[in-house]
Amino acid sequence: MTARIEVQHEARRGDPIEVRIVIQHPMETGFRYDSLGRQTPRNVIHRFECRYGGVEVFRASMGAGIAANPYLKFFVRAERSGDIECLWVDQENASGYASARVTVNG
Amino acid sequence: MLAQPSVNPAPGIDARTINTPQGALQSMLKGATMRRGRVRLDLPSIGENGHSVPMTVRVDSPMSEADYVRRIDLVSEKNPVALMATFFLGPHMSRAEVESRVRLNGSQRVTALAQLSDGSFWFDAADIVVNESACLDGG
Repeated sequence: MTARIEVQHEARRGDPIEVRIVIQHPMETGFRYDSLGRQTPRNVIHRFECRYGGVEVFRASMGAGIAANPYLKFFVRAERSGDIECLWVDQENASGYASARVTVNG
Repeated sequence: MLAQPSVNPAPGIDARTINTPQGALQSMLKGATMRRGRVRLDLPSIGENGHSVPMTVRVDSPMSEADYVRRIDLVSEKNPVALMATFFLGPHMSRAEVESRVRLNGSQRVTALAQLSDGSFWFDAADIVVNESACLDGG
């Protein structure tokens, strides 16, 4: 699973760090049929989490109500220099990872 | 590294109850009352395509150790699975704000329910006209 994460490289302590991520994934609803009339099994990224400096800061439980190629934007408070790491897993147990380094000044 | 996946999109919630909007809300509230306010759910008033509708939810909160937003649940009135997503927030987030894109099966009201660290529940609801449904039920 490929993903694109966008995080600013530098931040002042206490300021918000904007995290944006797009993950390539069909988020199969389980309600779709193929040309032979077979139901496509549901397979969504149901769990997403973001860690900052090794600590979980944000988590999402998602269902078929989240659009294909899920996009998330959220704000983490700059505390110290470290990695912002995103991890996710779908219902077929395929997982993904993306990270970005942030340098915190002040 | 991640916990074992479960089919239930909302851990801790009875999967049998989440398929109605009332059931989904009640499974979070567990008898508590919810008040309108502090939450703002932004959806376009008209969605050309229900497959991907931009959504932003914000809660008025200082996001401090003493006063923060614990979770935000997004509930659909018309999708086959009412609970669309649950966001778990905490004091390490500088703003109680999440942006994403949702699928909507037709024109409907979407509710965002937030639980704060003091246990109180606040909500906002937004009505949207969807021209081309996401057809989540195969229709």
